[in-house]
Amino acid sequence: MATPILKVTNLQKYFPIHGGGLFNRVVGNVRAVDGISLEVNPGETLGLVGESGCGKSTAGRAMLRLIEPTAGAVEFDGQDLTKLKKKDLVPLRREMQMIFQDPFSSLNPRQTVGDIIGAPFKVQGVKPEGGIAKAVQGLMDRVGLNPEHYNRYPNEFSGGQRQRIGIARAIALKPKLIVCDEPVSALDVSIQAQVLNLLDDIQQEFGLAYLFVAHDLSVVRHISDRVAVMYLGKIMESATQADLYQAPLHPYTHALLSAVPIADPDLERSRERIILTGDLPSPSNPPSGCVFRTRCFKAQSRCETEVPELRELASGHKVACHFPMDSNTASATGSDFIG
Amino acid sequence: MTNPNVILEVKNLNVEFTTDDGVVHAVNDVSYTVERGKTLAIVGESGSGKSVSSLAVMGLLTGANSKISGEVYFNGNELIAADPEAVRKLRGDEMAMIFQDPLSALHPYYTIGDQLAEAVRVHNDVSETQALERAAEMLAKVGIPDVDQRIDDYPHQLSGGMRQRVMIAMALINGPELLIADEPTTALDVTVQAQILDLLRELQKEFGTAIVLITHDLGVVADLADEVLVMYGGSAVEHAPVREIFYSPQMPYTWGLLASIPQISAKKEQLDPIPGSPPSLLNLPKGCVFAPRCTFKDQVADHACANTFPELLAVSPDHEARCHLSETQRNTIRAERKIGKVN
Ligand SMILES: Nc1ncnc2c1ncn2[C@@H]1O[C@H](COP(=O)(O)OP(=O)(O)OP(=O)(O)O)[C@@H](O)[C@H]1O
Ligand SMILES: Nc1ncnc2c1ncn2[C@@H]1O[C@H](COP(=O)(O)OP(=O)(O)OP(=O)(O)O)[C@@H](O)[C@H]1O
Ligand code: SF4
Ligand SMILES: [Mg+2]
Ligand SMILES: [Mg+2]
Repeated sequence: MATPILKVTNLQKYFPIHGGGLFNRVVGNVRAVDGISLEVNPGETLGLVGESGCGKSTAGRAMLRLIEPTAGAVEFDGQDLTKLKKKDLVPLRREMQMIFQDPFSSLNPRQTVGDIIGAPFKVQGVKPEGGIAKAVQGLMDRVGLNPEHYNRYPNEFSGGQRQRIGIARAIALKPKLIVCDEPVSALDVSIQAQVLNLLDDIQQEFGLAYLFVAHDLSVVRHISDRVAVMYLGKIMESATQADLYQAPLHPYTHALLSAVPIADPDLERSRERIILTGDLPSPSNPPSGCVFRTRCFKAQSRCETEVPELRELASGHKVACHFPMDSNTASATGSDFIG
Repeated sequence: MTNPNVILEVKNLNVEFTTDDGVVHAVNDVSYTVERGKTLAIVGESGSGKSVSSLAVMGLLTGANSKISGEVYFNGNELIAADPEAVRKLRGDEMAMIFQDPLSALHPYYTIGDQLAEAVRVHNDVSETQALERAAEMLAKVGIPDVDQRIDDYPHQLSGGMRQRVMIAMALINGPELLIADEPTTALDVTVQAQILDLLRELQKEFGTAIVLITHDLGVVADLADEVLVMYGGSAVEHAPVREIFYSPQMPYTWGLLASIPQISAKKEQLDPIPGSPPSLLNLPKGCVFAPRCTFKDQVADHACANTFPELLAVSPDHEARCHLSETQRNTIRAERKIGKVN
């Protein structure tokens, strides 16, 4: 097994809730990320999925220390980022980059595309062969933008093109890891496929690893080698793409997958679905025991009192559940399970 | 009207907006019918005119810069040229609309109970108590828990899924014959989306409501639609029963759409994106709207795709497509590329 490029252990990020008043005391915490552990190997894509508010973005940002983690360790290429001084992080930023969801707000509207894509060279003091302008035009060409549009501003580009600008900027210094936070969810499907293919090609070419944060389970299936499912700040299940989608062991994963409508009318209308009841509990007051128990169709009294640990039930397949699905019934129901 | 089952007939609908940059041709000659109790899905990419065409049907496009032409028959009565006041009376009563963002449609300063009761009283001569009772009934029907307490909540006190339920309750409270749902689940998580889609299906069965469902999610289409209208650049480019659209699509944009979506049910090796980006509605191409992105246009003789706007023609009795390719060409391409179900 390769040494992971990223190894996250018990990462926690709490946002304090202030009571206001004279002392504005902290009256509670939003437990956005509540002790997650995961690994990303060089050159692979780990998909991190879950519903809105489960803590995916916060986890991604805390890993890169774009926000300060509350607790936990984040080893990047063997170094614990949480122990480094801010200024010692700067050189490491060459190696780890981020691509954001919103191609409209993540680019400075007053900078030309050339300046945006060239910024990492300047920040890191890197002098590419032939000069920055030439390097930037090479990058633009690589991501499918017309290099002649070097002097244009972001508002002159479509959503898909802006996302390409973000990608060009992220790969400028040939990083080892890119955290992609919902990189295609703001795009139309026809454009989404262009960007997904580009991410794929670039990964092949540069051998870089992705942590791919998204809520769209079909997109995650397409892009990922392995997948981790989050719910209310915790990881419920992680496995290879094939195992997770074909034989999910956690009741939440099972329900989540069965909720996604399949773009095939005969298949879609003939399958059984599990419909979860209720809404997501508040992350400032998560349920005791298993955080999923209030919506779980397999919950029993033990789930209320005892937090299920994330355990490895089959090789490479980890599940945090006291009563996991039977892997035989899971696969028997169907995509494989879904289909 | 010939078919008494038709609740809505849209004929040659055009919508233009005059802007500083020029005239936006948002909807171009769109026609469709919807039958009672059935669901028509309108799909297409962002900016293809899905919302604008529906707002025009509902009489909700009133901006001074908009110009609407064509005919819209609701229960046989024409609405475009009708008195706006008469159309307003139909809205929220015989026809209703739900939007992607429920917060924009709910009033922040009134409780959900009061807003629902008001919706009842605008169109019916009932007492306040009766209206509130009806509101409570409807809230229970759409699956709001603890209605007795929730009825006094303000919209901001509800989760996104619950707000969308309230919107649906509001839209259906007077038992409309037609519901236009514009991306009703796009802002929701999949587990909540599954609840809401189920709810729409049940309520449709119970009330016999016809639904126009606007969405970009082909999974949702496969789940709910009876018929599908595919829009591109403001035009209807394909129109057929749902199985035909998925298993026997006839137009290159529809092919592109189907080939570019990642599937949840199986891992595709490679996605086939549609190259390029959608056309500017300020300056539509002269020929086929899709021609600039179409990879098959060279198969058509005499550069027809670049020069002549194709008609929406019947390829079978209930299936229409807008494309210059011949039937033989389309069949060959579909077989080669395994598009749809090739038997
Ligand atoms: N700066 C902040 N202060 C307080 N709470 C925050 C802050 N940032 C995020 N949160 C809360 O933390 C939780 C997790 O948020 P996060 O944005 O990580 O979720 P997510 O999984 O990325 O959701 P989405 O799919 O909607 O992007 C949410 O309850 C959110 O409201
Ligand atoms: N009031 C307006 N003035 C000028 N242009 C408008 C106006 N309303 C809509 N448009 C334009 O009309 C076109 C069609 O818009 P519409 O909202 O119908 O798209 P849509 O298919 O619903 O897209 P989406 O999937 O993004 O909701 C767009 O180009 C839009 O910018
Ligand atoms: S008409 Fe021509 S350009 Fe348009 S879809 Fe058909 S083949 Fe393509
Ligand atoms: Mg997020
Ligand atoms: Mg719209």
